[in-house]
Amino acid sequence: MDVELLEIRQHMGQFPPFDGLSDELLDAIAEHVQVRYYKTGSDILRFDDTLKELCYIRSGAVEVYRRQGELYNRLGEGDIFGHFSLLRNHKVRLPAKAIEDTLIYFIPNAVFQRLCEEDDDFADFVELERPRLETAAEQQKKSNDMMVTRIRKLVTRYPVMVESTTTVQQAAKQVNEAQASAVLVINEGSNNPRYSFQDSEGKTWQMCGILTDSDFRTRVVAENLSAQTAIGEVVSERLITIQSDASVYEAMLTMLRNNVHHLPVLYRQRPVGVVHLSDIIRYETQSGLYLVSNIFNQSSAQGLAKLAPDVRAAFVRMVQEGANSQMVGSALSTIGRSFTRRLLELAEEALGPPPVPYCFMVNGSMARNEQSIVTDQDNALILSDDFNPDEHDDYFHALAAFVSDGLDACGYTYCKGDVMATNRQWRQPLHIWKRYFQDWMANPTPERLLHSSIFFDLDSIYGEDHFVEALQDLIAQTAPKSPLFLAAMARNALNRTPPLGFFRTFVMEKDGKHNNSINLKRRGTAPMVDLIRVHALACGSKAQNSFQRLNDISNTQLLATGVSDKLSYALEFLCMSRIRHQVIDLQEDRFPDNNIEPENVEDSERHTLKDAFQVLSNAQKFLKFRYPVPAQRQGR
Amino acid sequence: MHGIRLRQKVVKANWLDYMAKRAEQAHDSALRKFFATPLPDSDTPIAQVPMAALDMETTGLDERRHAIVSIGVVPFTLDRIPLAQRRYWVLKPPRPLDEASIAYHHITHSEIATAPDLDAVLDELLEVLAGRLVVVHFRNIERPFLDAAVKARRGEGVIFPMIDTMSLEARMHRQTMLARFSRWLGRPPVSIRLNASRERYGLPVYQGHHALIDALATAELLQAQISHHYTPETRLKDIWV
Repeated sequence: MDVELLEIRQHMGQFPPFDGLSDELLDAIAEHVQVRYYKTGSDILRFDDTLKELCYIRSGAVEVYRRQGELYNRLGEGDIFGHFSLLRNHKVRLPAKAIEDTLIYFIPNAVFQRLCEEDDDFADFVELERPRLETAAEQQKKSNDMMVTRIRKLVTRYPVMVESTTTVQQAAKQVNEAQASAVLVINEGSNNPRYSFQDSEGKTWQMCGILTDSDFRTRVVAENLSAQTAIGEVVSERLITIQSDASVYEAMLTMLRNNVHHLPVLYRQRPVGVVHLSDIIRYETQSGLYLVSNIFNQSSAQGLAKLAPDVRAAFVRMVQEGANSQMVGSALSTIGRSFTRRLLELAEEALGPPPVPYCFMVNGSMARNEQSIVTDQDNALILSDDFNPDEHDDYFHALAAFVSDGLDACGYTYCKGDVMATNRQWRQPLHIWKRYFQDWMANPTPERLLHSSIFFDLDSIYGEDHFVEALQDLIAQTAPKSPLFLAAMARNALNRTPPLGFFRTFVMEKDGKHNNSINLKRRGTAPMVDLIRVHALACGSKAQNSFQRLNDISNTQLLATGVSDKLSYALEFLCMSRIRHQVIDLQEDRFPDNNIEPENVEDSERHTLKDAFQVLSNAQKFLKFRYPVPAQRQGR
Repeated sequence: MHGIRLRQKVVKANWLDYMAKRAEQAHDSALRKFFATPLPDSDTPIAQVPMAALDMETTGLDERRHAIVSIGVVPFTLDRIPLAQRRYWVLKPPRPLDEASIAYHHITHSEIATAPDLDAVLDELLEVLAGRLVVVHFRNIERPFLDAAVKARRGEGVIFPMIDTMSLEARMHRQTMLARFSRWLGRPPVSIRLNASRERYGLPVYQGHHALIDALATAELLQAQISHHYTPETRLKDIWV
């Protein structure tokens, strides 16, 4: 490699997609680069020009436009443009202009084609949205295998080891000093290949047993043996061990099966530590499963409120172990449902049995099983048609208040839009609820639906499930036949739009304005969920979860082939991004929110996020076209 | 470090006549070929002129006592600088290199020990430069050093028209009324060194003191200067020296 090309190579090597290229390919690029300077305001690519090169921004800034002059992207140092044209007919479709004094490195088409052929990641990067999103989503799926935590993660220190000639008194002293609760007994040399190992100096040892705290009691003190007894004489012959790559779950089973509380952990044959049952319990208490059972063991709302930090710990751990957004969303929803159920049980204990049957309904993200760590409560009560307000409402009002206050104390803040069972409007018998839904669907206006669309994500979490099912059936039957309703829902789904992407440390809006941060819920996941809901309503799906709704949608002809996959990748990526940034907030002791700051977004995440925004933006355009306001209504 | 020696100024009223005359008089075949290759007419718009950025690293500033240790050439046009055509030579100077200049140039003893004398690469160098307008940053190094070194080896020197990005920069920042006024006020003059000049045009910082990187840096600087202060139609005679 010529030293003079290093300058160019090193620069490109810092930026995707070049950062993943082999040295050989990077050399090939640097070798053929052509350089040109552009003054602020000058055109780099004009519409319909023939393009023979990929453009790389060495310094400066460039804006790329659509044909109509609408801003498509703003790019800075290390970004590329022109690849869409190179992959198609070599005609410039998206013209580009220097908005600062800019130095461009041109990479000839032949080199570009070679990169696409020889490096799959490069090819994925320059292809349109789907492959990159797909790859990102798949990588997240792959890392889920790590959900299986290995036992070595729980080993925090080396085992205490003594030779079998050591006195039990000496051994007990060493265990004390190490603040351990067991000691491994070893002998020099080996007569049993199973437990022989070599130390760092190459000496061969044989592990012949373990002596635990309780063994000191049962085998030494209770037997009235002298403190000077050699430990080898009292150690048990029975040795149960586990390999360091076994799962925590396997370790737990091994302990239960053999009725032991200590397990020496071996790497191949060498002991690397000892785990105690309490290590496993401590670890498991951070898991969602343990949390849920703990929720049901609480006997008061105050006790439940104390579990809020555990929810955050379980969330962080799940993300660190590589859970995807669906796993996180459904785990947090399960936890949220458990809090609600337990509060209802406690409320019934306090208030007595309900005077008429009822169903406690949740709406919004909990109904969709997509809850995040930042969430409020959305709920309602569907009462039996035997409900008599004068006789019964005091009871249900008290019940709703008990649950709502309890949820708020547990971190599920009151709903700002007052979608809560404490609101009399949302505490009604089933026939009234049916009328609500029929009215929303028959006489829709975007304004009316703005506040009620949250009810179109609905699920039962306690009581008479069939009340909610009746409403779900009603919606699935009526919505597909209500074009006016779908048009109004579609219009509301376009209220919030994604940004264009990122530029340096800013969020770029479509009008070219900059912001310092972006609310990823408002600008990404929520509009995506909204538009998926419209399609799901149109095809009569009863699914509530967005990914399941996309599955149902893909079985119809509503969207072009592959579009629902694209939407699902984009949603997964947007959710995961939001979750990752919330974990960062928690780790840095900040209150988690839905905002992400561009400086915390890695290069590869930026590009994928931009793709996801693009998918959302295109899907929104299609929504407008697919659910137009019917003509007769417009005429009025 | 020694200062720049005062030299007689090279002023050629008509470069093309001068080149033609040298072609007739030349004894050395490579020089004859070089001078005989036609350069664009002085009225040619700069956008149509094939150019070559040239930079040399030397052991000092006096061509009578110091020698060239490396030469970098990057052929280019106003539209493109194709790196594939770059040329770079490390040369063995007639006198041994001192430690100070090694540290300065990043060229090592071992590189120089195996390097050829300028005489061995001169034909190639002249071939790359022939027919192209040479662009340098500060002509008072490249011009006298090359002239003296060629004269010592072939018995006749080599002088040709150049575009000097440093003197273009001086025109903007040292010779305007505003610049003179500001000097009269006692303000320090604007730096017209390569990196300082590049910075004014938003060009990136390159690792300096490598003949080829500096040649590339000079070519980029000229593109920037033309796009800011001239036009693609600017005639050659207005900027060459």
